[in-house]
Amino acid sequence: MSWSMVRPWAIGVMVAAILFPLYWAAVASFTPESQLFGQVDLVPTRLVLDHYRAVFSERALGTAVWNSLVVAGATTLLCVPVGAMCAYALARLPFRGRTVVLTSVLAISMFPQISIVSPLYLLLRELRLIDTYAGLVLPYLTFAMPLTIWLLVGFFRQLPRELEEAALMDGASRLRTLRTIVLPLSWPGLTTTAILTFLYCWNEFLFALCFTLGPDRYTVPVAIALFRGQYQVPWGQILAGALVATLPVAMLVFLAQRRIVAGLTSGAVKG
Amino acid sequence: MASISLQGVSKRFAGGVAALSDLDLEIAHGELLVLVGPSGSGKSTVLRLIAGLDAPTSGRILIDGEDVTNVPPQQRDLAMVFQSYALYPHKTVRENLAFGLQMRQVPATQIDERVREVAKTLGIETLLDRRPAALSGGQRQRVALGRAIVRNPKAFLLDEPLSNLDPVLRVETRAELTVLHRRLGATMVHVTHDQEEAMTLGTRIAVMRDGALEQVAAPMDLYDRPANTFVASFIGSPAMNIWPGSMVRAVGERALVGVRPHDIELTPTDVSDTTGRVEILEPLGPTTLVHVRIDDAPESRARIIVPANTRIAIGDHVGFRMRHDRLHFFDEKSGRRRDVSS
Repeated sequence: MSWSMVRPWAIGVMVAAILFPLYWAAVASFTPESQLFGQVDLVPTRLVLDHYRAVFSERALGTAVWNSLVVAGATTLLCVPVGAMCAYALARLPFRGRTVVLTSVLAISMFPQISIVSPLYLLLRELRLIDTYAGLVLPYLTFAMPLTIWLLVGFFRQLPRELEEAALMDGASRLRTLRTIVLPLSWPGLTTTAILTFLYCWNEFLFALCFTLGPDRYTVPVAIALFRGQYQVPWGQILAGALVATLPVAMLVFLAQRRIVAGLTSGAVKG
Repeated sequence: MASISLQGVSKRFAGGVAALSDLDLEIAHGELLVLVGPSGSGKSTVLRLIAGLDAPTSGRILIDGEDVTNVPPQQRDLAMVFQSYALYPHKTVRENLAFGLQMRQVPATQIDERVREVAKTLGIETLLDRRPAALSGGQRQRVALGRAIVRNPKAFLLDEPLSNLDPVLRVETRAELTVLHRRLGATMVHVTHDQEEAMTLGTRIAVMRDGALEQVAAPMDLYDRPANTFVASFIGSPAMNIWPGSMVRAVGERALVGVRPHDIELTPTDVSDTTGRVEILEPLGPTTLVHVRIDDAPESRARIIVPANTRIAIGDHVGFRMRHDRLHFFDEKSGRRRDVSS
């Protein structure tokens, strides 16, 4: 048998292996609680919306989704523009200590989160930011910013340098060059960075757990984790919550994917 | 239009590599100076220093007598055409041309007029709404040129603008550049590694090697009186023959003698200066280049240009004679030109 005949099958098996857990979670989230631990069928026989109703009415998951959207969205919106300027300077401007700055940015992001939770808590309490959106956005910036900067530095360095030099010769200032030449050509990089930052914040658990006090400010991961009672684990609700949490992110990626097209710079330099 | 002057300019890169050392160069109003040299000779560095994209390690750069060494490129009002063209890929041709004028706060109506005028001279009016990706190499080259012209800059800096064109287009564009230079009367600095391009384009040529100027002169002066063996063998194609002085009885010891392939003719062996055996024949079309292994100096070969209809074959034993008024003499040690009064 030749490879070209095997390949579709191999790909099929791989895709199935990847998608199965998701499928299984989806099925479980629609299965009545009473049947969850009994006879399990690959193709479900009876689907109910019980768990979804429960997470939104009893568990206030809607608030958590909103909180997560606000916190992750605000972090991303702050992070990408500021990070882009910083990354451009690090990628292109010749200044002393550039490597040191870049390395320390990386070093900061390597701090184990757990080790800074208590000092951060004290700090945020002094600033009266516990249980506020700002109290989450600010700490998130500390790990989101290094990620953004590193990703964008790599991306900016790939752009043909002559393009920027041409803009300088044309009389554009550095900032103007960044805005009118570099950023429009960096859409794929900016989008990728924004998605990764957003995902990171969307899934963050430790800070969100420590710096929020009640369901009004819980983010999705915290809310789902606290579904679990003392005597039982409501698997159906947890899986329903997980699917609800996945949905906005999946949509975001699908929307952004259309912007992530290669070859934006084609035609710029010889080719 | 402007004069450009480099005074004692050196450039050392971060790794400690010296790209230029103590360079002096004067470029006059309206001149088309060609910087030519092998790759790594520092010619592009000179251009980037004039542009302000790199700063010299020491020395001064003056435009119209004004010291611009520390002036950023935006304020030097020079235009540069890059080897890769560097067109803004997300902008249309029209926007590409207009960008430099917009940066200088030229009113929109005036920009439109200027862009159309320049597009017309370069024959790219029909391409104005296309993006660079939809243009051919030659068209991109024109847009890159247009982007420079449209601004009416003090001087033009051209970094191997023809090297990405196919040979036919290159010769065509070369001629157009000459016409353009004459029409604009602008100061231009053109970098190339192609000596033929340098000869045909330049009002003056600066030959560079290893970060230093070897000779600066008008094209035919360079060809007729090369200052040293490097310039002698770099300028002119096929390259000049350079032999030990003993080949020609007229000169003393410790000298090298140079003679261009065009200045040698084949003769019957009994009336010739020297004899040898034909090793390689390279038909060039109108002429043929003959490589002859010299009998008296078997380690040297002579390159001789003969008419294409010459009856000659590999292995033939031939004699040849040099035009004695066209010999060049160089010092054996320094390689510098030596003028013999006799």
